[in-house]
Amino acid sequence: MNSLSRRKFLQISGSTFAAASAIGALGYAAKGSLALAEEKKESGIKKIPTYCNLCFWKCGAIAWLKDGQLWKITGNPLDPLSNGRLCPRGTGGIGTNTDPNRLKAPLIRTKKRGEDAWSVVTWDEALNYIAGKLNKIKSELGPESVALFSHGIGGNFIKHTFLAYGTPHIFAPSYAQCRGPRDVGFELTFGEGIGSPERTDIKNTRCMALIGSHLGENMHNSQVQELSVAVDNGASIIVVDPRFSIVAGKAKYYLPIKPGTDMALLLAWANVIIKEKKYDVEFVELYGLGFEQFAASVAQYTPEWAYTETGIEPQLIIETALELARNKPASFIHPGRHTTWYGDDTQRSRTIALVNALLGNWNHKGAFFKPVKLKVPSYPYPDYPESTRGRADNPGKKYPWAGEDEGLTNGIREATITGKPYPIKAWVTYSTNLINALPNQQETIKAIQNLDLMVAIDILPSEIAGWADVVLPEATYLERFDDLHSSPFTTPFLGIRQPAVKPPEDQKPGWWIAKKLADKLGLGQYFPWKDIEEYLKYRVESAGLSYDELKENGIILGEKLPNYVEEGLEQSFPTPSGKVEFYSPQLEEKGFPPIPVYTKHENPHDGYFRLLFGRTPVHTFSFTQSNPILQEMFEENEVWINADIAKSYNLKSGDYIKLKNQDGVVSNKLKVRATERIRTDCVYMVHGFGHQSKALKTTYNKGANDAQLVTKYKIDPIMGGTGMNVNFVTFIQEGV
Amino acid sequence: MARYGMAIDTKKCVGCMDCVVACKTENNVPEGYNRDWITNETAGKFPALRQEIRTERCNQCDNPPCVYCCPTGASHISDTGGIVMIDKNKCIGCKACLAACPYNARFVHPEGFASKCTFCEQRVIQGEKPACVEVCPTYCMNFGDLDDPLSIVSQLISKRPNHALLPPAGTKPQIFYLT
Repeated sequence: MNSLSRRKFLQISGSTFAAASAIGALGYAAKGSLALAEEKKESGIKKIPTYCNLCFWKCGAIAWLKDGQLWKITGNPLDPLSNGRLCPRGTGGIGTNTDPNRLKAPLIRTKKRGEDAWSVVTWDEALNYIAGKLNKIKSELGPESVALFSHGIGGNFIKHTFLAYGTPHIFAPSYAQCRGPRDVGFELTFGEGIGSPERTDIKNTRCMALIGSHLGENMHNSQVQELSVAVDNGASIIVVDPRFSIVAGKAKYYLPIKPGTDMALLLAWANVIIKEKKYDVEFVELYGLGFEQFAASVAQYTPEWAYTETGIEPQLIIETALELARNKPASFIHPGRHTTWYGDDTQRSRTIALVNALLGNWNHKGAFFKPVKLKVPSYPYPDYPESTRGRADNPGKKYPWAGEDEGLTNGIREATITGKPYPIKAWVTYSTNLINALPNQQETIKAIQNLDLMVAIDILPSEIAGWADVVLPEATYLERFDDLHSSPFTTPFLGIRQPAVKPPEDQKPGWWIAKKLADKLGLGQYFPWKDIEEYLKYRVESAGLSYDELKENGIILGEKLPNYVEEGLEQSFPTPSGKVEFYSPQLEEKGFPPIPVYTKHENPHDGYFRLLFGRTPVHTFSFTQSNPILQEMFEENEVWINADIAKSYNLKSGDYIKLKNQDGVVSNKLKVRATERIRTDCVYMVHGFGHQSKALKTTYNKGANDAQLVTKYKIDPIMGGTGMNVNFVTFIQEGV
Repeated sequence: MARYGMAIDTKKCVGCMDCVVACKTENNVPEGYNRDWITNETAGKFPALRQEIRTERCNQCDNPPCVYCCPTGASHISDTGGIVMIDKNKCIGCKACLAACPYNARFVHPEGFASKCTFCEQRVIQGEKPACVEVCPTYCMNFGDLDDPLSIVSQLISKRPNHALLPPAGTKPQIFYLT
């Protein structure tokens, strides 16, 4: 069935792209892109529009085939996220298919967990095995004793299967190990979160402050494109980072802050802007709640005080505060994305939100736009069974603002270890390598050892797949249909993912796995459609759009709606008070400080350095290190050590060392990068390397794994996320 | 005849290597080799640092030592805008050009002939830009005719401070870095 539709589809996709408006959101007349959108006359060239899966941005892409073989991937010029230009990961996406380590067939474990011993089985055998175990757990313990961990849009169908099965326990590390505190901090303040893609209007800004956000190294495509426009426009960029990041090199002001003290700087910025009466008085008076209390509270946080915490000269604090204020409302502090740092992250994010509120920049051009989304009706499925048992990841709502859509990964891990409030007996993972995503690997392994069933759906033999009882090999994004993509952004749009080639072995698309498993579980009524295209077509047409047009162009744009007050948008703040909450009655009610209060964090002892981690533009998480194209660009990570510190240890760039953390955990060996570009009290490494899965033959043991060294974490009491920048390491130079 | 060159804005480049990846797939560059690369120069003492990031490749020199030293005539200046090209059928893989190039822009392809950036001549003759220019997410790369005063490259070079690489080598590079 699938192959029939694919054949039909290839005929369609060989035809012309409609050369509709190819003026990118940036205002560039995408001349080259127009040429791309025109029919190629060369024989054997086919272009299949889809969207990328090399990160969560999901840029519109075009897969090019030459004589039936994947040749290259380019951006879709119609796509407002990529404007026809993918980032290096997306451009190297073909390496996902050519990765020599790919899983080929379903596997069932033959020895105990943690030992690499597997039998190749058929899909029927694998799914029957899983369904048997799941039905047993359901009848003996209830469906809530099963947890699904799913990252990315590809997981939509398997999530549907498990919601139909009856568990509320659906998780993604993107909340409690990443964005969670930021979104809660902004929701508490403005009533709305930041979202993904972020609602930052970088291209129109006059002044942007980045706090630990290394834009350009994290390759969030639209944002990097807009950063370039901001640089062109001469915008002031303020970079606050213990490391001289790439974007620090483009900044007007670089603030080499002592790690863990960001909130002191933010509070001092608020102090200066209020004291100098440079805040947006009208905005604060019209929309603010409790500004007087906030102003009174931050009066104590002077630049002179902040200097003692942050190491940033008072004059520089004052100058940068006034630079932000001078450019309001087209100035903003970027909320960042990975914000689980020190355990007080919601309050830090709230402080960021409040300084932004002083700038009166919410829903304003050059700061935070109002995102709009193309609405597509969901498929009319039967209702899911309702669970009355309460969630196991956050019993008694201990963390009042823990999100339920992505759940508390660390909370369900805890429940799995303790069996409280009730036993959790099965984990299923989809495209998320929990071993490298969650802090403290030993806790994750301990939880897994308590399970009756552990299933991993993946394209690679990742570390988490190595712990599974059943491994299900998925087709790559270039080999499958997935759900429709409509993210909130400046322009509403709809994107489709469709296969460019067939899976080479016995890999199957996520939707197929989800549907088959539902059948085996006796939940076939939840998948009334016969084939993915029937589902997609139904949804697209019920939105009043043409499925054929979507397949042909890859993207359909919706009607432009106002993004800013400047475009006629009406200001609104959906907090309980309807105001911007400088003082938060919501937090007060739950016993938290209603106005952010500075808390000091522990510092490393002599001979130890705070471990910081981040991104390289050519890799995502821990799933691209063996992509042969991207591996060639960046094969192993290094540890960045301040040049003077390195010298004092007699270390030079290229030397191999190991890192040992405060709990005695020793890393794999990794190269030293002795550099001026970092403070003396911390070290830095790129996340995702040091793979310990031997089946990842081409990347096994290359570089070191930061996640392994993150044994300690601090839980945010407001939303339950895990602050991970609280680990300290020392160097092992002997016998490396 | 046009004289193709590039004006690359180092203020916008983030060194993401998208240009390197795009070249690899567009031109099927073999594993272990690249026709372009990123250079990051940092000067100063923390925290007072200056940084210049450059995407580099064959400079398509107007005075190309690789062409002059080639014993077979394989290395030549093409009619397509003065791009330095290699006729792989004439190339004997002697590596004289590798030694002559002050930019280390050439390598010997596993099939035995010298290889390097061609400004994507196959695209340029169809009116397209080189793959690296077309992919760059920071729009830092500009391609055009240096002999046309109205071209984007000529305009940028006349308006912005810029430098080429290794001017003392006397090779007359056709790639200019805007600073």
